[in-house]
Amino acid sequence: MLKFPIYLDYSATTPVDPRVAAKMIPWLTEHFGNPASRSHAYGWEAEKAVEEAREQVAALVNADPKEIIWTSGATESNNLAIKGAAQFYKGKGKHIITLKTEHKAVLDTVRELERQGFEATYLDVQENGLVDLQVLKAAIRPDTIVISVMYVNNEVGVIQPIAEIGELCREKGIVFHVDAAQATGKVEIDLATLKVDLMSFSAHKTYGPKGIGALYVRRKPRVRLEAQMHGGGHERGLRSGTLATHQIIGMGEAFRIAREEMAAENGRIRALRDKLLKGLQDIEATYVNGDVEQRVPHNLNISFAYVEGESLIMAIKDVAVSSGSACTSASLEPSYVLRALGRNDELAHSSIRFTIGRFTTEEEIDYTIALLHRKIGKLRELSPLWEMVQEGVDLDTVQWAAH
Amino acid sequence: MAYSEKVLDHYENPRNVGSFAKEEEGVATGMVGAPACGDVMKLQIKVGKDGVIEDAKFKTYGCGSAIASSSLVTEWVKGKTIDQALEIKNTQIAEELALPPVKIHCSILAEDAIKAAVADYKKKHEG
Amino acid sequence: MFAPVYLDWNATAPLDATVREAMLPWLGTRFGNASSRHEYGRQARAAVDEARARVAAAVGAHASEVVFTSGGSEANNLFLKGAAALRKPAVVAVSAIEHPCVREPARQLRRQGWTLREIAVDGEGRIDAADWQRTLAERPALVSAMLANNETGVLQDIAALAADVRRSGGWLHSDAVQALGKVAVDFRALGVHALSLSAHKIGGPLGAGALVVDKRVELAPLIAGGGQERGLRSGTENVAAIVGFGVACELAVARLADEQSRLAALRDELQEALGALGATVFSAAAARLPNTVFFALDGIDGETLVGRLDRAGFACASGSACSSANPEPSHTLLAMGVAPERARGALRVSLGRDSSAAELRRFVETLAAQAQELRNLAALAA
Repeated sequence: MLKFPIYLDYSATTPVDPRVAAKMIPWLTEHFGNPASRSHAYGWEAEKAVEEAREQVAALVNADPKEIIWTSGATESNNLAIKGAAQFYKGKGKHIITLKTEHKAVLDTVRELERQGFEATYLDVQENGLVDLQVLKAAIRPDTIVISVMYVNNEVGVIQPIAEIGELCREKGIVFHVDAAQATGKVEIDLATLKVDLMSFSAHKTYGPKGIGALYVRRKPRVRLEAQMHGGGHERGLRSGTLATHQIIGMGEAFRIAREEMAAENGRIRALRDKLLKGLQDIEATYVNGDVEQRVPHNLNISFAYVEGESLIMAIKDVAVSSGSACTSASLEPSYVLRALGRNDELAHSSIRFTIGRFTTEEEIDYTIALLHRKIGKLRELSPLWEMVQEGVDLDTVQWAAH
Repeated sequence: MAYSEKVLDHYENPRNVGSFAKEEEGVATGMVGAPACGDVMKLQIKVGKDGVIEDAKFKTYGCGSAIASSSLVTEWVKGKTIDQALEIKNTQIAEELALPPVKIHCSILAEDAIKAAVADYKKKHEG
Repeated sequence: MFAPVYLDWNATAPLDATVREAMLPWLGTRFGNASSRHEYGRQARAAVDEARARVAAAVGAHASEVVFTSGGSEANNLFLKGAAALRKPAVVAVSAIEHPCVREPARQLRRQGWTLREIAVDGEGRIDAADWQRTLAERPALVSAMLANNETGVLQDIAALAADVRRSGGWLHSDAVQALGKVAVDFRALGVHALSLSAHKIGGPLGAGALVVDKRVELAPLIAGGGQERGLRSGTENVAAIVGFGVACELAVARLADEQSRLAALRDELQEALGALGATVFSAAAARLPNTVFFALDGIDGETLVGRLDRAGFACASGSACSSANPEPSHTLLAMGVAPERARGALRVSLGRDSSAAELRRFVETLAAQAQELRNLAALAA
C-alpha cells in the first residue's frame, strides 16, 4: 500500500536505516559516557565505539581511520577543509578555485575567504554539468593553493572527474578538497588511489543520523589545516567539542551498510530511476538536466517546459520532491546550479529533482509517473505559454510586458 | 508555504479556464507578466454591445496564488461594465484570497490583466 | 557492562527517558530535512521551532534569540570568533577559570590583533574584584565569564559583571553550560549579551547546544553554507537532538526547585563526610552549584584515586572531561592559587538526578578505604 506523500527527496536527507537506529539506541539508553572522560569505564566504552565507527567510515572510502576527523556534518567539514587549508597555506598563495555549481557550504565559505583577502575563481561548468578539465587547468595560477570540487552534484547528480583533477592538483602541489556528501554509497570512492587531500562526508545523506559528518585529512603526503573550532583539543586538535557518541556510531553503521550493500542497491535504484526517466520522457517538452551517463543512479532532475515550478510542486504534493536544492528552496530564486548549466530561468523554475533511495518501491515510481502525466497535462491546459507554443508562436520573439 | 483555503480552492478548481477565439466579436485580451519573472497571465473578456462583460476566460502560467488571482478575477468581472471592472483593485483580490505579503504581486498582476484587457477592448472599439 | 555508580554528571548526564521518547520519532519515520518544502520538511521545521521556543522559555529569552549549534563548545567559539570578526581588534577579556573552549578561541584572537586579558580569580574561585576593576579600565570589547565553573561549581555574579560591561560599552558572554538545570538561568535578568547552553549536561542528547544572543549583537558565522539559523549557523539541523534539547530544557526547569534542594542536601551530607576524612573542599566558602564537590585528600594523587574508585565501581573525575586526557593539574585550581601538588590530588564528584544518599554513603566508605590503602602503600614505599 502506498504511503503519502511518497518520499523522493533522498538527496535532501535520508531516513535513518532501522539497522542504524538499532545500533544507536543503546547509546541513547544504558551507554551515555563522554568519550573524552578517560577516568572511568563509561568514557572508555564510548571511546572504543567511536573508534570502531571511525574504522567503518574509513573503510567505505579506503582510508586510514587516523585520517578521519568527526564534525557536526558536511557543512562544517567543508568550512573546516577550505578555511583550514587556505589559512594554513596562505604563505604559499592566496588563490582558490571552485565551481559555480558547488553546494552553498563551499561557495559561501570561499566567499568568506575572499572577504579575508583571498582571491577566488568560480568556474563555469559545461552544459552537462561537468567541469571541463582544460578550463580548470587554465584557471590554475602560480599562487593557487586550494581547489574544491564536489564529487556528486546535489541537484543534478553528475559525477565530476575527481581522479583527473586529483592528478592535476598533485602535480601542481595544490590542496584538493572534495565535497563527497552526495557521493557516499553511490559511487566507489578509493582514497588510496584518488589524489584527494581533503574529503567531506555527511551521515544523513547515507541513511545515518543528522548532526554528524566527517572530514578526511590525508596523512601521506600530509595535508595541514588550521582548526576552526577551539577548545578541549578533541580530534587531534582539529575539531574541539564533545563528540555525540550515538550519532558517530550511527554514521559508522550507516557507512558499513553502504559499503556492503551499495553494489546491489545501486543496481535496483538505477532500474527504478530509468523507469521513472522513461515514464516522464513520454511527456512532451521535458528536458533532463545534467549528464545522463556521468551521473549517480538515484538522481533524476528534469524540467517541464511551460509550467511554473511552484504550481508544479503544489500540483504534485503527493510526492515529496525538491525544486532546486533544499537549502535554497525557501527563496523563489531559480536554481543557480541549473543556471550554471545554461538553463534559462523558466526551465530552471520548472525543474523537479527526484532522488530515489533505499526504501523506494516500484509501485511508488508507477504512481509518480501517472501523477506527473495528469498534473503536467492540467497545468499546460492552464498555461498561456503552452497555448502559444501549440499555435506555433516562438516565445523568444514575444515582447513581454515585464513587471 | 501555507496557502489559504480560497487559494487552494481556485487552484484545485480554477474557474473559467480557456480561450475565446481572438477574432470573435467583443473579445479583448490582456496578457501581462513574463516567463522569466515566473508568471504570465492571459485574461480575455467578452463584452456585449451594452458595454457589459458577458464572459471571461483566463490562462495563467504561475504559482498557485497567480492562478487563484486570475481565476477569481474572471468571476468578478463578469456582469460588470468595463469601467466597473477597472475599479477592481489588487488589494481587494489580495484580501479575498488572503495572500501573504510575498504573493501580493500576483494580485497586482491580476489587476494589470484587467487593465490590459480593457485597454485592448478600447483600442479595438474606440480607436 | 556492569554499572558503576555515576558521579560525573558535570561531564555528561545520562539521557532522560522522556527526552529519548521525544527524540525517537525523529530517528524513525519523521526524518525530513527542515529546509525541505514538503510535508516531511514542514514537520521537521515545526519541531525545530517548537524546540527553539522551549529552549528560549527555559532561560527567559525570545525564541528568535536562540541559535542552535552542535554543542556548548561551538556556541562559545561562535560568540568569541563571530563577534571579533566584525569588530576592530581590541581587548578580549576572559576569566582565568574558563573552559578551554572559551580560553582557546580567545587566545586565537590574538593572531588577529586582539589583546587577551585574563581576569584573575580569588582563592575561592570567584572573579577578583580588584582585577575586575583593572580589566574594566582597559575597556574590553568582548568579555566572557562562565556562570558556573565546571570543576568547582562556583557561581559568578554575572548580572553585576554584565552591568559593568554594558556601562563600558562592551559585550558580555557567559558560558552557562554547567549552570543550566542546576540553578535558575534568566537571560534578561542576567543582562548578558550572549549565553552558551548545552543539551547533554541536562539530560538531553550529545550533539546539541545553543547560543542565546541579543539581536543587537552582530556575529559572523563560524560555519557558512545553506543559511540556516538566520545565517549564523549553516548546516542541516540535527532535528532529533534539537527536539531532545527542547524537551530536556523544559524538564530541567520544571524540576529545578525540587532538584536544587535535594542535591544541595546530598552535597552537604557528602561534604560533611569528606570533612571527617580530612578532605579539603575547594571553594567551600563561595556560592556554588548544588551538585558539585571538588576536593582533595592530603598526600593522595587524584588521578590514581579516580582509577581505583573506577575499579571499585564509582565513576568520578579528577577534573573536567575535556582535559582528562592530559595529566596537568586543574587550571581552575591553579588560577585560585592552589599549589600544583595539591591540585594534583583533586577529585570532582558531581551529582545528578539519579544520585542518592545511599550511593554517596557507599562512595564515602570506598573512598576512605582506598585512601587508606594508598596511604599504607606510600608508607611502605617510604
